[in-house]
Amino acid sequence: MGQTLAEKLIARAAGKDVVRPGENVTVRVDLAMMHDSSGPRRIAPILERLGAQVWDKDKIVLVSDHWVPAVDPQSAQILDITRRWARENNIKAFYDMVGICHVVLPQGGHLKPGMFVVGGDSHSTTGGAFGCYMFGIGSTDMAGVLVTGETWLRVPESIRLEWNGRLRPGVCAKDINLALCARLGLGGAEYRTVEYTGTLVDAMDMEERMTLSNMAAELGAQAGLIAADETTCDWIKATGSDPGDASPWQSDDDANYHATHSFTADELEPQVAAPHSPANAAPVNEHSGVNIDQAYIGACTGAKLSDLRMAADVLADRQVAAGTRLLVAPASRQDMMAANAEGTLTKLMEAGAIMMPTGCGACAGFGGGVLAEDEVCISSTSRNFQGRMGAQSAKVYLGSPYSVAAAAVAGEIRDPREFLQGA
Amino acid sequence: MSNEGGSAWVFGENIDTDQLAPGGTLKSGIEVIASHCLGALSPDFAQRVRPGDFVVGGRNFGIGSSREQAAQALCHLGVEAVIAPSFSGIFYRNALNFGLLALVCPYAGSISQGDQLSVNPEKGSVQNLTRDETYSCDTVPSHLMEIVSAGGLVPYLEANRR
Repeated sequence: MGQTLAEKLIARAAGKDVVRPGENVTVRVDLAMMHDSSGPRRIAPILERLGAQVWDKDKIVLVSDHWVPAVDPQSAQILDITRRWARENNIKAFYDMVGICHVVLPQGGHLKPGMFVVGGDSHSTTGGAFGCYMFGIGSTDMAGVLVTGETWLRVPESIRLEWNGRLRPGVCAKDINLALCARLGLGGAEYRTVEYTGTLVDAMDMEERMTLSNMAAELGAQAGLIAADETTCDWIKATGSDPGDASPWQSDDDANYHATHSFTADELEPQVAAPHSPANAAPVNEHSGVNIDQAYIGACTGAKLSDLRMAADVLADRQVAAGTRLLVAPASRQDMMAANAEGTLTKLMEAGAIMMPTGCGACAGFGGGVLAEDEVCISSTSRNFQGRMGAQSAKVYLGSPYSVAAAAVAGEIRDPREFLQGA
Repeated sequence: MSNEGGSAWVFGENIDTDQLAPGGTLKSGIEVIASHCLGALSPDFAQRVRPGDFVVGGRNFGIGSSREQAAQALCHLGVEAVIAPSFSGIFYRNALNFGLLALVCPYAGSISQGDQLSVNPEKGSVQNLTRDETYSCDTVPSHLMEIVSAGGLVPYLEANRR
């Protein structure tokens, strides 16, 4: 019997030829990523208590993205602790206020097919888009990795999510994610690994693949893998890194999956998830007419260059509706500069978008742009849990950048295809 | 490992990390975070829960962020174990790393608010003393039980590195 991609990646990290689901294994970690919230402020006291040093400073990537820019002495202190720890531990890969960890990590050329990576954040599933095994862990787990260079896991079963066909104009990876949340349920993968396959995924660019893998977290998957191909390797080469040989990192034809779910992309309509769960997703028209106070384009899920372009496609030559505000927090400085150079940012700003610093922003309620009591927001982020983005009574709908931009223009939730040529 | 018994605090499905450790409190220390733990669902939970009590949830307990304060807050309040039919994988790891038992129990739904419980993670059983019922739960693997017994990953590493 063959192995899934997940089993091959875990077996390599465990120093074994073969691993099988259910087995508990100890794995060597190739790279550990953490951010200002999960990182030094929590792991430094543990390392101190253990009297331990980091196992390999060159295998650590540190990103300040959650509490940026500081808004009060407490958040400033968190950022200061992060900077000082990076300096004291001579961490070369320290990204301070230049983007969100899940986007900065691949843009910095740190991810390659075949690697085993841990991240101190739940959306670490994003890295699986590059054909490496990447999953999220808490800070104490991370401290264990930093001390030993190892961690443990129970080899998960894999679920194959096969998407064939083509998405219709105005429909994108985010809509797929919301549809999957509705279909499988929040946490429906039950900590198995999901693997995205099919002709649609093959044809997707890396940013859309990252969006797919990103919301494997909401499916409750340990990892969200996409086998590397030429698209992956070309993208990595463009960062100046060598992707290496990606050919071993594919599932075998006779690999065993817990389940395979097959979907036809052509039938998918834009999806919007009602408060307070991504699993409350339904075709956008079921929510049309809901008045919107704030439209938010942000986060690792929904503010990469391709996401900003989607929003600009809707907003070009239009204005944000009176009584509605549109906030845009690009996912990284690199994405922001590229969007600026090609004129995408101008389109957003001319439409009335309020540009925010790059970073996690309002998504988790840490940065600017949080909501008042009873306000209604539509957001390109991944989670709409009650109270997450501000006041407890605030309501957050989730949608694609197209759907968020359409709501900003209309002042209410609307099918974005009304605003797109050819859709 | 067994205990003297404690009261059950029963919550629903999909208890998320924003409910366990609200984002607005995360800049603060664990005392502040714990005082808001599950407050949106049960405003007096943090004040009234007693050391040795149990938190009982529906499926998918702890979904959301990797913030380990979600588990640490329960630990800080003295919660003996969380009992649920399923857990978010990251929360499960975080709980054990703080020495907090997370018991996968398909029968968690049979437990009512205030029931007196006692657990035996090695045998894989949850005893409902109020109803005189015993439910089977998954056993915690021995290599993880060592971490829990040590009081969490940090004390475990402390003991095993010296």
